[in-house]
Parts: sequence; structure tokens; C-alpha cells
Amino acid sequence: MMSAPQPSPLSQKKSFQLALLAGCLALLAVAPLFLYPVFLMKLLCFGLFASAVNLVLGYGGMVAFGHATFFGGAAYVTAHALKVWNFDAASGLLIGVAFATVTGFLMGIIAIRRQGFYFAMTTLALSQMAYFAFFQAPFTYAEDGIQRVPRPDFLGIVPLSDNLSLYYFVLVVFLLGMGAIWRVIHSPFGASLTAIRENEARALSLGYRTNRYKLTVFVISAALTGLAGSLKVLVFQIATLTDVAWQMSGEVILMTLLGGVGTFLGPMIGAALVLTIQNYLASTAIPVTIFIGVAFILCVMVFRRGIVGEIDGLMRREWSIGSSRKKVEA
Amino acid sequence: MIFGVPLIALASQLVLGLFNGAFYALLSLGLGVIFGLLRVVNFTHGAFYTLGAFAAFLLTSRAGLSFWACLIVAPLIVAVLAAILERGLLRKLYGLDALYGLLLTFGIALLIEGVLQYFYGTAGQPFAVPEALRGTSNLGFMFLPHYRAFAIGISLLLCLLTWLIIEYTSLGAKLRAATENSRLLEVFGVNVPVLLTGTYAFGGALAGFAGVVAAPVFQVSPLMGANLIIVVFAVVIIGGLGSITGAIVSGLMLGVLEAVAKVYWPPSANLVPFVIMAVVLFLRPRGLFGKGE
Repeated sequence: MMSAPQPSPLSQKKSFQLALLAGCLALLAVAPLFLYPVFLMKLLCFGLFASAVNLVLGYGGMVAFGHATFFGGAAYVTAHALKVWNFDAASGLLIGVAFATVTGFLMGIIAIRRQGFYFAMTTLALSQMAYFAFFQAPFTYAEDGIQRVPRPDFLGIVPLSDNLSLYYFVLVVFLLGMGAIWRVIHSPFGASLTAIRENEARALSLGYRTNRYKLTVFVISAALTGLAGSLKVLVFQIATLTDVAWQMSGEVILMTLLGGVGTFLGPMIGAALVLTIQNYLASTAIPVTIFIGVAFILCVMVFRRGIVGEIDGLMRREWSIGSSRKKVEA
Repeated sequence: MIFGVPLIALASQLVLGLFNGAFYALLSLGLGVIFGLLRVVNFTHGAFYTLGAFAAFLLTSRAGLSFWACLIVAPLIVAVLAAILERGLLRKLYGLDALYGLLLTFGIALLIEGVLQYFYGTAGQPFAVPEALRGTSNLGFMFLPHYRAFAIGISLLLCLLTWLIIEYTSLGAKLRAATENSRLLEVFGVNVPVLLTGTYAFGGALAGFAGVVAAPVFQVSPLMGANLIIVVFAVVIIGGLGSITGAIVSGLMLGVLEAVAKVYWPPSANLVPFVIMAVVLFLRPRGLFGKGE
């Protein structure tokens, strides 16, 4: 799905990446002037969520079907901390992430005992268990959810009450999260992870404790997912059962798949696409599940590499043609 | 009184548990057979169950068919649909990573659910218990609703029949051979692609049959299969995929344990299957009846 960066056109690629990064940042900075900030913030939350799932799905090669537990679970904990315990925004986010990290560790330690589809089914079943637990826990208020969560200032200095200042706050947290993901992918740890994904038996025989690597990336992914869930509480000021339901886990896998599994920007683009179409469908009578189902079928049947994966493939071909031409000229 | 619970209450919950367990068994059996041969975790299984119930609902209310005719016709409809799906979509993914099959069937399940939701909403449609099976018998220690007894009996009969076919007929022998080494079987002149389509259709029919039997007790709703399928996944992990006995025994066991939990500590009932699954994964990762990978 994702291959190591090719050495020959490196500088060309690097400058392209830098230009892309600068362009994206500029776009994100001015976006609230043109688009509704709340929708943009939703996009950032789900973009981070999908990117975190991609860490496990694309780089770890494990289909995790239970990330709704971390997303919605962190949302519940943050909402409760902000509303009942009067936490400020910073500690509210932290406690949500801490919760997701711990549940991620617990789910991971059970699920990595099986591989492939067993892993998928186990994570799904465990997250369904968490769903029922949340449903019955009194602090979540079952079907009503935790409503009217306050938006306290961040560390008592940065006000988050109006949408615009909250947007820039969410943007900064989002960028930090994405930066963490970038670091993980491009670290020796990330390289080992790719090796394990490509051939686990071989990595094991080379002396890698593969389960430990898989568990670590699962926990990192859970923590970042929790961050996305906690952010969503600040934005929408509610935490509900939809965020912990298994359909949410499916939806986020679709976002990743649609954008491109194992590509850095793919999940973000997939999230934008899915949310935009959902927004559009909300005003029609067509159930969103129909769209999600069809999108899944199309993705799997027609473009398995996703949007970014397909574009990447095209560009790679272009680059390799360009560099081979240069060689001929020299 | 048993541990502070009246015998009548316990016994009727146990019957309900067996009733649920029979569905778990039927569904996980089909899931296991499909997985064994096609190497696909069939997420659409829950949707097949829903489709069976909806087919029965439409056949009785629109076409005027009897419940008994539905028991045959509705599973056949589901089987045909499953065969079309296998031929048209699933087949094209056989050479690829098995997880694409899982994602494809997940998409199909959502599509089926969404379409049913579009036409019938999320509310349940009522479905009458057939005339001949109304009423209850007094067994002395409990009241046994006839329909539940019938549902448990016929589901177990079907499980037994499936087991006999797979273990003792030449078709079953071919199935088992294909599970071991389908390429070799093809060399022997067996039409493996047809066998695959047939297996997927058969698994779908089992789920559809379960849907018809469930219709009179649970309401017929587009989401009835979606929640069931996850419990069935847990059953499959507990029993060990590919083991027929495992599917039947752990299906029934889970149904009963759920019922017992409902009697003694109601909030835990929904959690029971998953807690057991986690424990089994820890102690015996390949499942109670699994033969290892």
C-alpha cells in the first residue's frame, strides 16, 4: 500500500511536499473566512480520527473495528470532566486522552492475540461490549447523552467561547496530532512497523517482538483517536451514543479507505469527502447508510488504493519516467 | 427457588436463552461454513437474516403465503440473492487480501440495511405467530410457549442436518476437501467455483431461515440483523471458526448464559458474550473447539 520513499527524485519530492504543506496550512488558516467554522472543526476532528485509525490500518496492517470506543469514550470522559468536575479545557482534553490510552491498551492486549479478520472481529466485539457498558453507566445519560457541555478557557488564558477562536485552537491541536503521526511513521519504529506489516513471520525471526510493536502502535492510535473525540466535545458541546457505536468505527474506516490507506493525507481527504456528502444527504430522505454502503463497495471493487493512493501512483510513474529520461540525456 | 430466583422465572428465561442460542448457532454455522471455504468473514450475514425476516413479512402480507411456505420460499430468495452477490462482486476479490472481502460484505450489509430503512423506516413491523403454534403448555414447573419450542426444535434440526450433510455425504466430502486444498480438488474435476457459489448461497439461506423463524418473536426491522451479527462474531471467536460443533455448542451455551445473566443481574446480560470472548481469547486464543491456525 505504501512503499518507502524513492531515493532518486528525493529533492524534487521534498520540495513538492514542503510546497504542499505550506499550501495546506495557508488554506486551513483562511478557511473560516469562507466556510462555516463548526463544519471545519468537525472536519479537523474526523480528519485526525481517520489519520489515527490509518496508523493502525495502513501502517500497522491491522483492521481495527473498534476505534469508536476510544473516540466516543474520550468524548464522554471529557464532557463529564468539563461539565461536572469543572475542568479547564487543557485538563479536560488530557483526561480524555488518558482514558483512550488506557482502554486502547486493554483492548489491544486482548485483540493482538489473534491476527487478520480475528483481530477485526475481536476489536468489533470488544467495542460493542464498551458500547453496552457506556449505555448502562449512569454518567452518560444513555440516549440523551451529556448535553450543554461548557467551553472553558484553555489554561485560563485562551478563550474558546466563540467559534473563530475555538477554530484556531482546534487547528493547532490538530496540527500537533498530525505532527505526532508524521513522526511515528518516519521514525525507526515506523520502519519496523512496516516490516512487520509486510512480513510478520520474518520480522519475528529477525528478533523483533512484533506483538509489542503492534500493541504500541495500537495504543498510540487509540490515544490520538481519544484526542479527536475530546476535541469534538469542545466543538459540539455534547457527547452521545453515536460516537461509541460500531457504525462509527465503520465510517472512519471508510474515510481512510476512500482517501487512501497508508497515505499521510488520504484519511484527511476521505474524511472531508464523507462529511461533505453526509451534510448534503442530511437534507434528503435517503439514509446515510446507503451512501456509506455504496462507497464501501465502490472503494473495494474499483479503487482499492483510495484517492491519494491512486494520485500517488500516477505521480510516482511520472517521476520515474522523468528521472529515467534525465539518465538517458546524461 | 434457585439462588433466590423462582424456578418458573428461571426456566422460562432458560427457554428464551435456548431460543436465542438456536439463532446464534444457525448464524455462526453459516458464517463458519462460508469462512471455511471462501475465506471471507461474511459481514452480510446479519443482513441475510434481516432479509429472510422481511421476505417472510412481505410474502405473508402482500402475497398471502402461509408461514410454512415462507419457511421454504424466503430462504430460497435469500440464497438466490447471495449467489448473485458472490458471482457479481465477492468472486473478484478472491486473490486479494482477505480483509477486502470483510470490507465489501460490510458495505453490502449497510446498503441492504439502508434500502430497507428507506422503505420501511426503523420501526418494527408486526408479524403474527402461525395459528397452529399459538398457546402454551403447562409443564408443571413452567409454561412453555409452543412457538418457542418449535423454533428451538427446528433450528437445531437444521443444524443437525447441516452437520450430517457435511460429515456424511459426498457433497460434504467435496466441501471438506475444498476447505483443505481447493486447487487439488479442481484438478480432480470438481467444479470448485460452483461449489463456492453454492456454499455462500447455502450459508445465506441458513441466515434467511433464522430470520423467518425469528420474525414472529422479534419485530421485523431493518436493524434486527446488525446488532445480532456482532454477538455472532463473538460466538464464532469463542467456538473457533470452521468448527461445526463449536458453532452449535457455543451458540447454545452463549444463549443460555445470557439468559442466566438476565435473571441474576440484568444489566450484565448484554456484556456476557463479550466478556466470555475476552476470557477465551486469553486462555485459548484459537477458540474452544478450534484446531489452531
